[in-house]
Amino acid sequence: MARQFDALTVGDVVAERDIHFTRDSLVRYAGASGDFNPIHYRDDVATAVGLPGVIAHGMLTMGAAVQSVVDWAGDPARIVDYQVRFTRPVVVDRAEGAAVTIVAKVGQLDADAHVARIDLTVTFNGETVLGKAQVRVSLA
Amino acid sequence: MPVNPELQGRVFPATSPYLVGREKIREFARAVLATSPLNFDVEAARAAGHADLVAPPTFPVVVQESTLAQLLAEPDAGIDFSRVVHGDQRFTYTRPVVAGDELTATLTVSSVKSLGAHSMVTAESVITDAQGEHVVTAISTLVVRGDE
Repeated sequence: MARQFDALTVGDVVAERDIHFTRDSLVRYAGASGDFNPIHYRDDVATAVGLPGVIAHGMLTMGAAVQSVVDWAGDPARIVDYQVRFTRPVVVDRAEGAAVTIVAKVGQLDADAHVARIDLTVTFNGETVLGKAQVRVSLA
Repeated sequence: MPVNPELQGRVFPATSPYLVGREKIREFARAVLATSPLNFDVEAARAAGHADLVAPPTFPVVVQESTLAQLLAEPDAGIDFSRVVHGDQRFTYTRPVVAGDELTATLTVSSVKSLGAHSMVTAESVITDAQGEHVVTAISTLVVRGDE
């Protein structure tokens, strides 16, 4: 993996992925995570609290967005730090679902520790939904 | 009711131990669209040097959730759950979570800030294993929307 680290340059795109959430995805994530907030599966509740409709769990978007980096790194255990800011909701249409695009780029390289900071750009409808989405990957 | 500023610095009792199961890891991995064999196949995980199935990076949210429930249930907190929005989230690992881990989480409220009518509460959950060794720290900032 050290060789893989040495081949990296800041700005390199290491992964790109399109994912698709449906209402089924949200129910599945609610069950797996234990987050049963009804804004993730009931239109009436979502609109009553001022949302445009049912939205994806922020943690679902965070969890799915990092998978492209996990696959690139080859082992989920290589992720040593992961942070995001939730900037905009991902509205999941009842029929169409929601298409989310992820681009993962090298943001910074720590040559002593062999840790790469991978910056994620996560967009829905052309707008960024996760801010400061940074994954630190150990390639030692 | 605004969020009680005296929450800052408060430390909650450790949660009861959470035993990480293989099927829970597989279920969570499917839900976040993970495809790594290390999340699903014990032999693949062992071949990669792990004791058992490796959990996806955001899996500790399952353990952290019980600490946030403690915070929301605190009688003097003044946090109305229906007004809570997740602001940001971070996981900082010492080692990955693997099946068979027995994890305990201890929540500390690291800061309470007012931003106009809104409050921002940052909560840090330190997650340790059965030996008391650090596994991962999960930090959440909750934005509690005030009256407009």
